[in-house]
Amino acid sequence: MTTPQQVDRAPARSTSPPPPRSRFWTTRRRDQLAGYLMITPQLLGFVIFVFVPLILVVWYSMHEWNVLAGTFDFVGGDNYQRLRDDPNLPGVLRATGLFSVGLVILNLTLALLLAVLLNQRLRGTVVFRTLFFSPVVVSLVAWTIVWRFLLQDNGGINGLLDSIGVDGPNWLRSGGTAMLSVIVVQVFKNVGLNLVLFLAALQGVPRDLYEAATVDGASRWRQFWRITVPMISPTILLTSIITVVGSLQVFAQIAVLTQGGPGNSTTVLVYYLYQQAFQFHQFGYGATLSVLLFLIVLALTVVQWQMRKRWVFHER
Amino acid sequence: MRVRMIRRSLAVGLAGALGAAGLAACGGDSEETTGPISLRMTVWSANDDHLALFNAIADEYMADNPDVTEIAFDPLPFETYTTALTTQIAGGNPPDLAWIFESNAPDFVTSGALVPLDDALGDADGYEYDDLVPATTDLWRDEGTLYAYPFSTSPFGVFANLDLLDEAGQGAPAEMIAAGEWDWDTVIDASEAVGEQTGAAGMVIRDFDYTGWDYLSTQWTGWGAQAWSDDGSTCGFAQPEMVESMTFLHDAIFTRQAMPGPGTSADFFAGEAAYTVTQISRASLLDEDGFDWDLVPLPAGPAGEYAVIGQAGLGVLTQSENPQAATDFLAFMTNPENSAKLAQYFPPPRQSQLTADTLAQTNPLLSAEQLQDVVIDGISTGVVKPSNTSQAELNQIIRAELDDLWLPNADIPAVLDSVCEAIDPLLAG
Repeated sequence: MTTPQQVDRAPARSTSPPPPRSRFWTTRRRDQLAGYLMITPQLLGFVIFVFVPLILVVWYSMHEWNVLAGTFDFVGGDNYQRLRDDPNLPGVLRATGLFSVGLVILNLTLALLLAVLLNQRLRGTVVFRTLFFSPVVVSLVAWTIVWRFLLQDNGGINGLLDSIGVDGPNWLRSGGTAMLSVIVVQVFKNVGLNLVLFLAALQGVPRDLYEAATVDGASRWRQFWRITVPMISPTILLTSIITVVGSLQVFAQIAVLTQGGPGNSTTVLVYYLYQQAFQFHQFGYGATLSVLLFLIVLALTVVQWQMRKRWVFHER
Repeated sequence: MRVRMIRRSLAVGLAGALGAAGLAACGGDSEETTGPISLRMTVWSANDDHLALFNAIADEYMADNPDVTEIAFDPLPFETYTTALTTQIAGGNPPDLAWIFESNAPDFVTSGALVPLDDALGDADGYEYDDLVPATTDLWRDEGTLYAYPFSTSPFGVFANLDLLDEAGQGAPAEMIAAGEWDWDTVIDASEAVGEQTGAAGMVIRDFDYTGWDYLSTQWTGWGAQAWSDDGSTCGFAQPEMVESMTFLHDAIFTRQAMPGPGTSADFFAGEAAYTVTQISRASLLDEDGFDWDLVPLPAGPAGEYAVIGQAGLGVLTQSENPQAATDFLAFMTNPENSAKLAQYFPPPRQSQLTADTLAQTNPLLSAEQLQDVVIDGISTGVVKPSNTSQAELNQIIRAELDDLWLPNADIPAVLDSVCEAIDPLLAG
């Protein structure tokens, strides 16, 4: 219901000139503010939980930090000099490289192969998809402990081999098989994740491309290389980046399965970092090793990102 | 620069992003607090009975000391205990009191991480400080000052599965001891026979598992071998005694299959092995309705009879916020009355309590004879498992070098030489 006062005011508003519009709060600025407000929580999280720790790690790497003695002395670049002269580092980097290359090749190949197979219209594919994905959601440590029992000299794998008359090796104690064992355990753990991503990408490839290629007489193999691979190349890029970064951060599997042995054959960079910082109490040098790890991950990611221009199909 | 400076450095780094409120949460003051005091002690046992006993002692202490309003026992996993403890310290969240493994004793005792205890324990009413057996406190002293109380001094013994031995036609250890034949040769002969006759494993050195090499001191001490000299500066792995003991062990594992090989597990307490070398506290793993068993001292080696002990120390951290109150509680927790209570799980370092009668009252699973032969005699004559400064690093290097020994065709002297070559720089440092 309209009151007399409101009626009185209405003509006054209509006769007065409109108030001057704020020159600052333009529509564009309002939109920008809304945008910034939206990304503030994420930005804040990034600063607190990523950027600050990153800076602190670099800061710690310039210190000699003896936890037990409670000393924290600035040593500048001494830890970086130690890194350069560390006689163990070449072996550690070699083990890290071996693990990463093995894992990436095996994981991506197997995931792609399984995805192609499970993309067929066959009975039971849902069961197989679930079967291959289920290890992804299992606890990593529990998964690794089970595999440790399976890979023992008198464990399940050698039991199976024995039943067909094959004398299996001592998987985790032999220099020739320990790294392979760690890689295989990790591949079976996470291949389901890449499989699902590849499967999604495969299902996005238009069927008419295959139909046209079939009409032109292209073989299945040629169709795979000329149609499938280019069409899913963005997913291949994504999975390769995720897998490379993940492979460089492997820890629990090494700690549970081999503790870096036999000898130092499975001592990868993250495990070495853990030993230096948390077992030998040399937190400064541990921080220096984590800076090295960060730089390696950064470099590999940049290289992969740059290489996309050459082989990722619809980024051109 | 002390811990307060570490916290200041942390504070500088975090200030821009977190602000003052965050800093307050991170920091702490190492000076004694004046209000109600909360104490926290890290332990590596989550056993309900152990914790119930600790809590009962703590309740009694708090009843007489109203300033202390809380004493919390914080169990950390045994396998990663020291790592978790040092991470807590590094993270600015040190406990007030902590158990410490014997292997880490030199690092903690010499670094200034622990509060000196002589005065507090010596001055405590009715404490009977002189009752502590000197041999049990050696490891926990630096230049004569005591930095941790050796609250558990537990000798290694041999548990034997009498049923398995009988099945394999082998005599019981007690008979061998009576006949003066209880030595490593006899044990390995019997172990080999058990393997052949029953398919079970023979001798298991528990917790060794081809990584925890320091548990092998329960064998090589019988040969007169040592990991390093008494002052910790000279490597002992390449010494003839060590070569001889390792050759014996290698032969027992790979030639005679009298011990489980690398990557093969056999749990004595599940009835899978004839013998195991371990500490008496593991008697709690024996099933009441299980096999017939005995606990006997370690077998003699070529160098004669010997004993090896494992220890745990209890210390107050200098980085504690309440070192005075924590020291006072430590004195209460380890006084004669409470030491007797703790003795049911942890062999005490007090001379007056090291009697078969006292220990038998609180160790119902073990006979007075077993306690006398294994525990009391072991504590009096035993050497402590190897420990040195930078023990964690030594552990890792030696483990890696010894991996070459656990191969059927190993060149034993060459591997042991390589161990010394690898650890000499650390021992010299």
